[in-house]
Amino acid sequence: MRYLPLTGADRAEMLGVIGAATVDDLFVDVPAEARLPGPIAGLPMHASEMAVERHMGALAAKNVSAGSAPFFLGAGAYRHHVPASVDHLIQRGEFLTAYTPYQPEIAQGTLQVLFEFQTQVARLFGVEVANASMYDGSTAAWEAVAMAGRITKRKKAVLCRGLHPHYVGTVRTMAKFTGDVIDYRAPKLEAEPDTAGVISAIDGETSCVVVQYPDILGRIPDLAAIAEAAHAQGALLVAVVTEPVALGLIEAPGNLGADIVVGEGQSLGVGLQFGGPYLGLFGCREKFVRQMPGRLCGETVDAEGKRGYVLTLSTREQHIRREKATSNICTNAGLCALAFSIHMTLLGGEGLGQLARVSHARAQAAAARLARVPGVTVLNHAYVNEFTVILPGDAREAVRAMADRFVLGGVSLGRLYPDASDLAQGLLVCTSELTTDEDIEALGAALEGVLA
Amino acid sequence: MSGVNASGWRPEMGSAEAADMATASGDKGLMLEEPLIFELAAPGTTGVDIDAPGAQPLASLGKFLRKDMAALPGLSEPETVRHYTRLSRQNYAIDLGPFPLGSCTMKHNPRLNEKVARLPGFADVHPLAPQQTVSGALEAINQLAFWLIELTGMHGVAMSPKAGAHGELCGVLCIKAALEARGEDRKVLLVPESAHGTNPATAAFAGFTIENIPATDEGRVDFAALEARLGPDVAGVMITNPNTCGLFERDMKRIGDAVHAAGGYVYCDGANFNAIVGKVRPGDLGIDAMHINLHKTFSTPHGGGGPGSGPVVLSEALSPFGPLPYTAKMPDGSVRLVEEENATEMGHSQAFGRMAAFHGQMGMFTRALAYILSHGADGLKQVAEDAVLNANYVLRSLDGELDAPFGASGPCMHEALFSDANLAEGFSTLDIAKGLIDEGFHPMTVYFPLVVHGAMLVEPTETESKAGLDRFIGSLRSLARRARQGDPALKSAPHFAPRRRLDETQAARKPVLAWKGDREA
Repeated sequence: MRYLPLTGADRAEMLGVIGAATVDDLFVDVPAEARLPGPIAGLPMHASEMAVERHMGALAAKNVSAGSAPFFLGAGAYRHHVPASVDHLIQRGEFLTAYTPYQPEIAQGTLQVLFEFQTQVARLFGVEVANASMYDGSTAAWEAVAMAGRITKRKKAVLCRGLHPHYVGTVRTMAKFTGDVIDYRAPKLEAEPDTAGVISAIDGETSCVVVQYPDILGRIPDLAAIAEAAHAQGALLVAVVTEPVALGLIEAPGNLGADIVVGEGQSLGVGLQFGGPYLGLFGCREKFVRQMPGRLCGETVDAEGKRGYVLTLSTREQHIRREKATSNICTNAGLCALAFSIHMTLLGGEGLGQLARVSHARAQAAAARLARVPGVTVLNHAYVNEFTVILPGDAREAVRAMADRFVLGGVSLGRLYPDASDLAQGLLVCTSELTTDEDIEALGAALEGVLA
Repeated sequence: MSGVNASGWRPEMGSAEAADMATASGDKGLMLEEPLIFELAAPGTTGVDIDAPGAQPLASLGKFLRKDMAALPGLSEPETVRHYTRLSRQNYAIDLGPFPLGSCTMKHNPRLNEKVARLPGFADVHPLAPQQTVSGALEAINQLAFWLIELTGMHGVAMSPKAGAHGELCGVLCIKAALEARGEDRKVLLVPESAHGTNPATAAFAGFTIENIPATDEGRVDFAALEARLGPDVAGVMITNPNTCGLFERDMKRIGDAVHAAGGYVYCDGANFNAIVGKVRPGDLGIDAMHINLHKTFSTPHGGGGPGSGPVVLSEALSPFGPLPYTAKMPDGSVRLVEEENATEMGHSQAFGRMAAFHGQMGMFTRALAYILSHGADGLKQVAEDAVLNANYVLRSLDGELDAPFGASGPCMHEALFSDANLAEGFSTLDIAKGLIDEGFHPMTVYFPLVVHGAMLVEPTETESKAGLDRFIGSLRSLARRARQGDPALKSAPHFAPRRRLDETQAARKPVLAWKGDREA
């Protein structure tokens, strides 16, 4: 077996040192009836590298990859071009095969990256501090609700209608067990988000209001107005960003009054990967830092006075605080944070702005083309690189029929909201710098074809 | 200061004078210092050329437009590649040598796994793509699910948890949901004192009260104490097996039977599954739920602290409550994704909900599946055997050098536990750990488990060669002797790492969590 270096002679010699006759003597504490007599029956035996590659290659070949067809899916997972140097650098063994930096003297590479990542995320979001990342955007959204509860000592969270339904589902699951009260209603097919509705739901019991920006339908909520209303009631504003590239074009939530800003970082550096691993971004005001969940990296000095970095404020965390910890989370998304940070370093603010403007331009072109499809209307007044169109029939059917024509034409709202029949005609369409004129024409033609 | 190593080669120390010599650059040969991006960057620089034309933003975006992007500096591609490559050299990694962190299972990461995970059919597929276009991806998830069920002898598996602690939460929520379905409000979860910190944190989050169960003198759960505490208020037990002392819980089956007889459920922390994979099936021991860290047992890379992946195998009693989504094999052999849209139709209406967006850590699934297929049933059994053999070899090779508190209770499993007894006055586990850094090794897990004073938990894993282990053992022997003799140079180790000991107190007292150089000027 190519991954196991011990030889038969090594094993015999080592057993001699240990004083055991056979390796099974080392398993004496396992009750005899639970010990398997040999390899588990009915499972394949070991396989060569080329055999495994063939097997996995055959599975992969059954899927239609995003790059092989005109592609317009978003809804929380975005496809941008990832520079070749990103994937090369994250595969350096010193990054790829290192553990959590518990021994800072020999983990300064990872730690400095985390410090830079925290700074980049904080600046992207317009807040003072950010943590070293979380599992993904949806779990970060829940952690923000839990954190707001700790800060305000209140139990009611208002979720805006435009919050990604998977995020709503995640928050609801967790709240069921903690006793938090969740105020949420599904969105309506309206051109503007329901700002008045969100504001009227905030009261003196509200710990936070959670607003996605841009929202699930691609609309841009008025964060400043919601922040003012929340703060007037002693509640916090949690902004959720599922497409960080959008912040190259529209104002950072922290600059509009958000107290906690969380997001999904996948769209920079990480890739689609059928849903994971992704990257939870989490930032907040400096005054709340001790209530923040997740790992934090901080600057310090070594015994010779040289600048260095360590994991810090671990008294919030489970390995010290056990049942009193701010969260049970033990891991971050280190390698995805590295990919995000490298991509962000390559872009800089300049490149991010350009990327957002180009993605936005492609969305304008796509919206103009789809508006010419008979029976189709564009819902949004404002959007960045994702918008909603209303079809004359069920969008789920149209998506399947377009896929038969090898066009990945968007995400149907029916897939996301199976119980809301009034949303069934909605189709989310997303673009990026990778979207070509040919792709847009193929989408328009495919939709005309399937609606005909 | 340094001893002769196993090959008889004696490192040249050079003179103290040369070691202390300053250079104009701050670098010393291949010991490279690297500033922060923000200190390197010039405003307006970017390392990406975007050739598509932009357009005027929509007029409706007017009031939302971002005013200033200057706070995010950029670097050109050559500067970027050099920055991260230089930083990488300040990291220790399993690619450089043994990484014997007990309970963390740092084993070789096969590069085949990286290659297959990057196939466009897996890496470049959207999670909400129409199911007809992702049949191979769903099949890959289902194949991994099949292997996990077979290897553990369990009934079902929840694939979506994002890491071990997320998996623990999944398992505990399944228990809570099952109790609710029975109309019972049991509030207490029993947790042995040797448990991972995530166990009590998870149980507390789910609204349970935690009660500790003591360990016996030989490092195992005190069965009598556990049995005595069972009753109608006890929801179950969270237990780690093999446990964090590196020992198999001999009474596991009895514990399971007793907990079940009292109406509770058994959660097993599967962090240490590497010790028994292919040798023992947790399902045969009465376990109801167990998370599996794919980044431990199944070799997916740790990446400097994640991403993890924590599928949870479930007993027949708990399977109906597992979260959405999951994959199901249909009678025609195809694989379907069961999510909110079709859960009731697919007979899974009791699911406790969704734990995260989308379907789980696909990029980790493909890597783990490639690893499992490479080993097969025979290779995985060999993994457990070699992991246990390597740990026992370390344990016995240090007889008389380091105190092994449970060394007398028989062989260990995949990790060997030592304590700081016998060190000279004023010398601690931390000094041994930092001394290992100077020897060119990553330290073992230190001060865990809490049940042993100054614990040192060594997990070599099966991917270390005997020669590699002998070098590591040689270093540990030398360090143990120096700590017994009170060598003052050990107190100030490491001497040869990119940094000396770092001031963690200062970092926590006045936290600096982001660079503010441009804002202080």
